[in-house]
Amino acid sequence: MASPQMVMYDEEFRQINIVIEKLLREANAKVIFLVDKNGQLISGVGEVERFDTTSLASLTAGNIAATGGLAKLIGEKEFSILFHEGEKDNLHISIVGGRVILVVLFDNRSSLGLVRLRVKKASDELTVIFDGLMQKAEEKEKSGTTDFPFAEITDDDIDNLFS
Amino acid sequence: MSFINYASREINCKIVYYGPGLCGKTTNLQYVYQKTAADAKGKMISLATETERTLFFDFLPLALGEIRGFKTRFHLYTVPGQVFYDASRKLILKGVDGVVFVADSQEERYDANIESLDNLRYNLTEQGYDLDKIPYIIQYNKRDLPNAMPVDELRRDLNPTGVPDFEACAATGEGVFETLKAVAKLILIDLKKGS
Repeated sequence: MASPQMVMYDEEFRQINIVIEKLLREANAKVIFLVDKNGQLISGVGEVERFDTTSLASLTAGNIAATGGLAKLIGEKEFSILFHEGEKDNLHISIVGGRVILVVLFDNRSSLGLVRLRVKKASDELTVIFDGLMQKAEEKEKSGTTDFPFAEITDDDIDNLFS
Repeated sequence: MSFINYASREINCKIVYYGPGLCGKTTNLQYVYQKTAADAKGKMISLATETERTLFFDFLPLALGEIRGFKTRFHLYTVPGQVFYDASRKLILKGVDGVVFVADSQEERYDANIESLDNLRYNLTEQGYDLDKIPYIIQYNKRDLPNAMPVDELRRDLNPTGVPDFEACAATGEGVFETLKAVAKLILIDLKKGS
């Protein structure tokens, strides 16, 4: 496999949500999403019900992948921050810990400067959490202990999905 | 690379439909979209040109149901098939859990199939995957056309390793769900092995 399996546990999920909820308040943002680089939504806070979060996650990851490709073409490792300015709403997209994408949606009640400042602080905290998560996954793999939900899966379970 | 979320009890997997230009990758997804219950699917996104050629990717999220209390979600992607979009194809393969190679059965697309399959293998290797080790299915599409090559010949040249393969006519939906089901099953079995 190219990279280890991404696993999220309750404890880390809570820690992550505390950080991004704080960021939501401090940056005066409308919505904040955390997305895996492969396009899977990890978590979202704020007015999430107003948005198609699955599509947003997939397109954000595509966006980061495409600009990452551009970066490599001009000899950069990646562009770690993207900013999209709209008439009312803006998107601030940044890469956290080289692995996860942080998306902040904000309007004119906030400003790019404030968002950048708060994102920087939150990114450091999130990096620590995700590093811990990776370490935990590696340790579990090494020790051979697993609470993997699919270990007991049967052919019938799989067939039932399509019935 | 699947994503297991214990907090929300979800498991997310990524399936990529690969193949030469105009072989019917987008048509596969469109059919799945049409025939899936509204509560099991998300919005289908197509990043296409004005002439409906895929520019970057199509995306369709599906929620198939629960296994052992975990919601099972599959994210279906297509790549742009045209040769010159290779940089985009590489990006979409990142984090893939399973691949469907959609072959165009028409005789005049024989070379395009071979070229696309080589390209798939090469691009996967570049991302650190081995086509022979990941969940992988072949679909021989456009079986209804008069100039379709015999399946035996296609199988000999496109499927030397004998992975599961299916005949299809994506426009009418024949073979579309059989293909999807087969690749989803391989992915889940692969996940089970990985545990």
